[in-house]
Amino acid sequence: MGWFNRRKTVFEDCDVLVVGGGMAGCGATYESKYWGRDLKVVCVEKANIERSGAVAQGLYAINCYMGMQWNENQPEDHVRYARNDLMGLVREDLGYDIARHVDSAVHKFEEWGLPMMRDPETGRYQREGKWQIMIHGESYKPIVAEAARKAADEVYNRIMVTHLLMDEAKSNRVAGAVGFNVRTGDFHVFRAKAVIICAGGASHIYKPRSVGEGMGRTWYAPWSSASAYALPILVGAKMTQMENRIVLARFKDGYGPVGAYFLHLKTYTENAYGEEYESKWYEQTKELVGDYIDHHPTPTCLRNHAFLEELKAGRGPIRMVTKEAFQDPHKETVGWENFLGMTIGQAVVWASQNIDPKHINPELTTSEPYVMGSHATCSGAWASGPEDVAPSDYQWGYNRMMTVEGLFGAGDTIGGSAHKFSSGSYTEGRIAAKAAVKYVNDMNSEKLRVSEKQYEDLKKVIYQPLENYEVGRNEIVAGTVSPSYILPIHGLQRLEKIMDEYVGGISTNYMTNEPLLTRGLELLDMLKEDLDHIGAEDLHQLQRAWELQHRFIASQSVAHHTLFRKETRWPGYYYRGDHPKLDDENWHCLTLSRYDKESDSWDMEKAPVHHIID
Amino acid sequence: MPTFVYMTRCDGCGHCVDVCPSDIMHIDKTYRRAYNIEPNMCWECYSCVKACPQNAIDARGYADFAPLGHSVRALREEEKGTISWKILFRDGREKNFVSPIRTTKWGTIPSPADLETPSAEAMQSQELAHEPDALNIDGGLPVWKGAV
Repeated sequence: MGWFNRRKTVFEDCDVLVVGGGMAGCGATYESKYWGRDLKVVCVEKANIERSGAVAQGLYAINCYMGMQWNENQPEDHVRYARNDLMGLVREDLGYDIARHVDSAVHKFEEWGLPMMRDPETGRYQREGKWQIMIHGESYKPIVAEAARKAADEVYNRIMVTHLLMDEAKSNRVAGAVGFNVRTGDFHVFRAKAVIICAGGASHIYKPRSVGEGMGRTWYAPWSSASAYALPILVGAKMTQMENRIVLARFKDGYGPVGAYFLHLKTYTENAYGEEYESKWYEQTKELVGDYIDHHPTPTCLRNHAFLEELKAGRGPIRMVTKEAFQDPHKETVGWENFLGMTIGQAVVWASQNIDPKHINPELTTSEPYVMGSHATCSGAWASGPEDVAPSDYQWGYNRMMTVEGLFGAGDTIGGSAHKFSSGSYTEGRIAAKAAVKYVNDMNSEKLRVSEKQYEDLKKVIYQPLENYEVGRNEIVAGTVSPSYILPIHGLQRLEKIMDEYVGGISTNYMTNEPLLTRGLELLDMLKEDLDHIGAEDLHQLQRAWELQHRFIASQSVAHHTLFRKETRWPGYYYRGDHPKLDDENWHCLTLSRYDKESDSWDMEKAPVHHIID
Repeated sequence: MPTFVYMTRCDGCGHCVDVCPSDIMHIDKTYRRAYNIEPNMCWECYSCVKACPQNAIDARGYADFAPLGHSVRALREEEKGTISWKILFRDGREKNFVSPIRTTKWGTIPSPADLETPSAEAMQSQELAHEPDALNIDGGLPVWKGAV
């Protein structure tokens, strides 16, 4: 028999299982132990929580901080801001919930040792913008990870979780997760009463602008492999707003951040001929989206839209005017340290191309699309809201529980709560964890049932790519071309090409329509069949194979959602050529999907947007 | 800039292998030293560079858009609590920066398990750990004004 029979199986029985040890996962782990002193809390991470998730590299700002102690902002203000930026469509209950708690998380970070910058005049945290505060965050993740390690009963590093386990005693209830150790190859079975998915969103589902050695320099981390979505989707959890992908206007090639440049350094953009261009597209944008263009601040997607139109009109590149600000040595330092703190690659690009922003205004570009729940976008799982805030349509049990019982989520995983960023994701992890502890306590002595057959069947599936390779490799002399298997990189590049060309990527200027989406879905179906024939040479490639599977499932979801929403809600993020305008009459709503594994079908529906904040 | 490892400096300790978020730093079986097995999945996050006790790891900008002749070096010193950067341009210009990384001693964060056990009442409230104190505001956790 095959590879799977040679693998050792390691069992872990726990109360709360946190899948993914990034910001949300570290918050969930810490909070689970705080409330669940007698519960066994386990965190499982595919890399090493010391440097995992989107904050692995560090951050130079915390983008979600109210400053309630100085009366700078109130939670309601943040809801209005996120709602405006997402063109009206967010879960206001979830956003409010994060905003009212986020300051306490940030204060703990400071107490734990995160160096905060302070305004020398007021003594308050140094504001970068209305919502952002500036930090020396090179060790942001190691600090947060230290707290999580102290809290957890066990942290399992280097285990790629591939599937969730379901309870066989009660339908639609989660019972744990399985995965494999990417170093030893051991098979891991986690049986847990509650599971909190804190995995990453999706980079590399669209073809990136750099496809050679630089393909890893995506804006979002290449290890964000959409497990946040695939794990819940596969067990039938409802998802929301998966069409709401994000495109980032950033410094060219390195995708270095622009936030501090716009907000703190007061740099601004211009076209190739030194002209301001955003106002030129005002009337045209108004035709598409109506009054949304008059909102302040201008929604991020609409600023992207003006950028793209100006490029199409032949007046690119768009540049950031840095030469004035960088004459100030303090601002120059902030500008560079901003990159070194969170996007070192941009410093490398500038050093290599002799771009000193003191003397040259650097080029900007728009990125390939990403699907995530934590930035200026809100794709993810449909979750129950806070008991004291959520309208009844948004509430069916425990806070942040998905439509699968016992399955919770935070960070990129949860849909509808945009603009949470690092601190809000951490906070949402805390919120989900407290609810998960309550859920476990309420279960009392109720027992879960996970049959040996359930995890043994998954074990066979998980290691199949190793077997595919071993068998198929013998057919050929050498090289990467086989008639019986494709490698993970082959599958990834096909996925990226389909999504790019049919579902609104860079090569079509983010444009798609029903015929394109329909064809894209057909091609995705064929890719799905081929994914049964992935060949993995070793455990590292086995990890890549499962990352690809997760990206694939998220991509299917994105394509179905994009087809369902018959309007162009976020011009600048993507366009439906057959429905080029925003349509509030029919589409001022959230989209929901549910994947049914038995019939391999996707059910789509609308859910109301409740505006609970004026 | 994918990372690479200098042959004469690496002693094969494996710190980079342990920390790499992308699982691309592996030990070469012949030379018993680390190397980047998959440069096109490198985010240039510098986690390996910072973790290397021998300063054996460096980065060379992605070949598809970064001309040769540059370098961005990092020295992360946990005891000093700083990270130092040296940026060398292709044309020889140089820039240096130093930033703090932590204000407290490593390992000093208390475990939540050692804190006072929260009450049953707190468990039923909307408050999270350390709240309302850690919010630094009067009046407790904000309440939604539409609540009845």
